[in-house]
Amino acid sequence: MGIVSPGFTGRRGGGTDLPPGQYLTHEFPVLSAGPTPHILTDHWEFTVTTETGEKYKWDWAALTALPAEEITKDIHCVTRWSKLQTTWKGVSLDTLLADVETGADFAMAHSYGGYTTNVPLEDLLDGQSWIAYEYDGEPLHPEHGGPARLLVPHLYFWKSAKWVRGLVLSDTEDLGFWETAGYHEYGDPWKEQRYAGD
Amino acid sequence: MERTAIRRRLTWQVATVADVRRETETARTIVLDVPDWPGHLAGQHLDVRLTADDGYRASRSYSIASAWDDSHGSTIELTVEQVPDGEVSPYLVEVLKVGDPLEIRGPVGGWFVWKPEQEGPVQLIGGGSGVVPMRAMLRAHAVAGTTPARLLYSVRRPESVIYVSDLKELAASDDVDVRLVYTREAPAGEPRVGRIDAELIEQYAFKPEDGATTYVCGPTPFVETVADLLVAAGHDPARVRTERFGPTGGPR
Repeated sequence: MGIVSPGFTGRRGGGTDLPPGQYLTHEFPVLSAGPTPHILTDHWEFTVTTETGEKYKWDWAALTALPAEEITKDIHCVTRWSKLQTTWKGVSLDTLLADVETGADFAMAHSYGGYTTNVPLEDLLDGQSWIAYEYDGEPLHPEHGGPARLLVPHLYFWKSAKWVRGLVLSDTEDLGFWETAGYHEYGDPWKEQRYAGD
Repeated sequence: MERTAIRRRLTWQVATVADVRRETETARTIVLDVPDWPGHLAGQHLDVRLTADDGYRASRSYSIASAWDDSHGSTIELTVEQVPDGEVSPYLVEVLKVGDPLEIRGPVGGWFVWKPEQEGPVQLIGGGSGVVPMRAMLRAHAVAGTTPARLLYSVRRPESVIYVSDLKELAASDDVDVRLVYTREAPAGEPRVGRIDAELIEQYAFKPEDGATTYVCGPTPFVETVADLLVAAGHDPARVRTERFGPTGGPR
């Protein structure tokens, strides 16, 4: 097991339902790489661009007119905090992508403010991801990605792009913002895929 | 694959504590001897892993406080602020001693970094222990910087200032402008007590047209406020890089 830290006992009690190396928080920490963009819903738009260049667009009214789901999920940040049983409301990517014709394997999420993150398309389907616009019964606060963010709770939370404005589908896997800066390309918290090569 | 070659795998290394320096009542700088350290960019961080004698482990990330310079041998520095009720930071600040082993993994992070070849002035705005990665940047700048640099450092009171001697040295140089902002209690002769506001940004930060890259680091409310002030003052959001500090980024 390697070295022992002399005099360290640890706090324990983190819970058995946490992925390795995570600790429990009851707060909702904020992490982002730049200033928080403040996007009015009047100006908000979500675009899916396929590998052939075809575009599908939704404005705020169109998004919120779609069937929404109440989602309760644990979330895990690569900076090691986990928050259990968070509640969201949003539209499943299955719904948004239902009529999109694509054979692509990969998606790049793009955000207002320029953030990007890559996710395999299959991880966005089958009830695994949403465009979320409410948190804990309230409209999603800009600090936490409002008006709408991608929610992919089975991957480290940097994959759940705040201020999302679109997905670009592709046959090849490109790397997003943190993935280019040394973080893991996939980011499975249960396999502790924090950094490139983990 | 080309990408695999560039994306080096990070492995745990055993460092040895070479020295410790008390910075404030709650913060300590730890000098680590790391035989195989690959070097780092100013602003990057690393992971620290503690292991109890029964195998229980806890890890956290900390900013590197020193700049890397091959001529400096194999030491790096961390400055750790003790988090109340924290699990790892109290050990690092109160228990760890010279000669102890410490497992680390890094460096990590390629965004909140300053490189000497970067164009334009460097504006650093730190709150509390958010000044730690900025110390690495200022050290790197002192060695290789050719553009002007400014530090706006917000602290509660004079006793909360870390890197006092470094800052005095920097303040005396022509290349770097250091301005401390006291939020609770100021030293004698300093009339202003209060948080960083629009007026202070206007007065002490580079102007939008100066083309500076601005780095903001501190607790979440500090970072949110300062980043919003910068954008409101006309700074290009793409040139404002932020990093949140604290156990969980601070409560909202």
